[in-house]
Amino acid sequence: MTLKRSPHSYLSETVANLKPSGIRRFFDLASQMENVISLGVGEPDFVTPWNVIEASYHSLEQGHTAYTANAGLPELREEISTYLRTQFHISYSSQDQLIVTVGASQGIDLALRAIVNPGDEVIIVGPTFVAYESAVLLAGGIPVTIQTCPEDQFKLTPVQLEKAITSKTKAVILCNPNNPTGTFLNKKELTAIAEVIKQHDLLILSDEIYAELTYDEPYTSVASLEGMKEHTLLISGFSKAFAMTGWRLGYAAGPTDIIQAMIKIHQYTMMCAPTMAQYAAVEALKNGENSVREMKISYKQRRHFIVQAFDNMGLECPMPGGAFYAFPSIRSTGFTSEEFAEALLMEEQVAVVPGSVFGQNGEGFIRCSYATSLKRLNEATKRMKRFVEKHAN
Amino acid sequence: MKEKERELLHLIEKNGRLDIDTLGKLLNLSNDEIQSMLEELETVGAIQGYSALIDWSKVLDYEGVTAMIDVKVTPTRGVGFDKVAERIYRFPEVKAVYLMSGAYDLSVSIEGKTMLEVSRFVSEKLSTLESVLSTTTHFVLKKYKHDGIILGDDEEDKRMVVSP
Repeated sequence: MTLKRSPHSYLSETVANLKPSGIRRFFDLASQMENVISLGVGEPDFVTPWNVIEASYHSLEQGHTAYTANAGLPELREEISTYLRTQFHISYSSQDQLIVTVGASQGIDLALRAIVNPGDEVIIVGPTFVAYESAVLLAGGIPVTIQTCPEDQFKLTPVQLEKAITSKTKAVILCNPNNPTGTFLNKKELTAIAEVIKQHDLLILSDEIYAELTYDEPYTSVASLEGMKEHTLLISGFSKAFAMTGWRLGYAAGPTDIIQAMIKIHQYTMMCAPTMAQYAAVEALKNGENSVREMKISYKQRRHFIVQAFDNMGLECPMPGGAFYAFPSIRSTGFTSEEFAEALLMEEQVAVVPGSVFGQNGEGFIRCSYATSLKRLNEATKRMKRFVEKHAN
Repeated sequence: MKEKERELLHLIEKNGRLDIDTLGKLLNLSNDEIQSMLEELETVGAIQGYSALIDWSKVLDYEGVTAMIDVKVTPTRGVGFDKVAERIYRFPEVKAVYLMSGAYDLSVSIEGKTMLEVSRFVSEKLSTLESVLSTTTHFVLKKYKHDGIILGDDEEDKRMVVSP
């Protein structure tokens, strides 16, 4: 029997045309090498706080191994609601305005699938997290990327936003603080953005996964700004602040109709987030504050360390306001960001991520995560200095 | 105490060998500022010394034992437990002395070369002090964690080399 189609043609056009993540290539390259010091990791170097791990063990010992409610364990939703109220001054009903997801990534996916009609445009602010564009495409939407400028520290301006909006625009995805630049929009800057959102009656998908990790100014959630709650879908999770990446636990909070629509998709595709992870998250919210504070102090110290190290090697790097990434410019070296990252890996065994994988305006920059021990940071920056000096024009 | 001073103390408590330059970078302060903070903290006695945390079990040919001794004592009029505690902590074998609530009064940590040496210290020096009513000696079989550091805990990074 002959096949009527080539195996490739079984794929949907959307998936077949999806670009593989640029990070993947670097992962493949770096994992084949030995003694690599990695600044390419987008996750905390801390192990999940012990009390959180222990709570998960305890839940298993108690026999909590069955499904939870689709929207998530009621106790966890209650804790999330309290956390958002006390920490960020936004009030959400744990009954119908919250959903527990499998990581913030699933939150983004559900949100886009819940709101996007074919042909709707979704604005993305580059350079940014690699998954947004693909998630928009998978939902049938059209990603429209705004290129923010290094001269503005990659901050989105209301003028740029205004220009990108068309009659087809449905939503804006904003990651604040940003991965990969560490850019942080404060209350004043967010208020200006919010005015445009309200004026055009758009929805903002606010990825607040790094909200706990701001170092110089307090965090303001865009949802807490006047008149913005109805225009915001807040997406966050436990991965970054609580060092729980592998637990895959996130949540979304927002207008009832959107959350209910997300629950509808979630119940048919995922059923619920892992139960033991949800019990762990309850403990993280109840008693995790000190651990978060300690990790944050460490990140802040390392942030100073790495920025000064870049300064010493002549790479321009503004002080990132949040997250745990530094985004130095490597333009002075004459390399493209891919060339720089690849040569650095080959010659000095230091892994960084080329800025270009996060969007075209990331070209000329590299992403360096400082969520790594001081010992490794010290060695990595020493090697990088040697590399930069060797290739100086 | 200022926040930066606390941060500095936490850093050197974990690693007393961090040099001034690194401390300056971590805390975003100049080397002169770090130097003067250290001097001030030494002057007020917040920094009592700089020491290394050694896992002696990793040192070849090293033999030594640690014992924790519960001591019941009669407090002395006027100075309470302080006088007898001082008598005890002056012995060079004694590594730590704490006044405790509960079933006994002083917790004394001793380090010696052999069990015999520790036993001799307890029976000949500690128990014979006039205020000491009784002692209970517990030998440490294995140290898992000391001063907040998990002994033998390596720093292996279990994360992927590159991740989103």
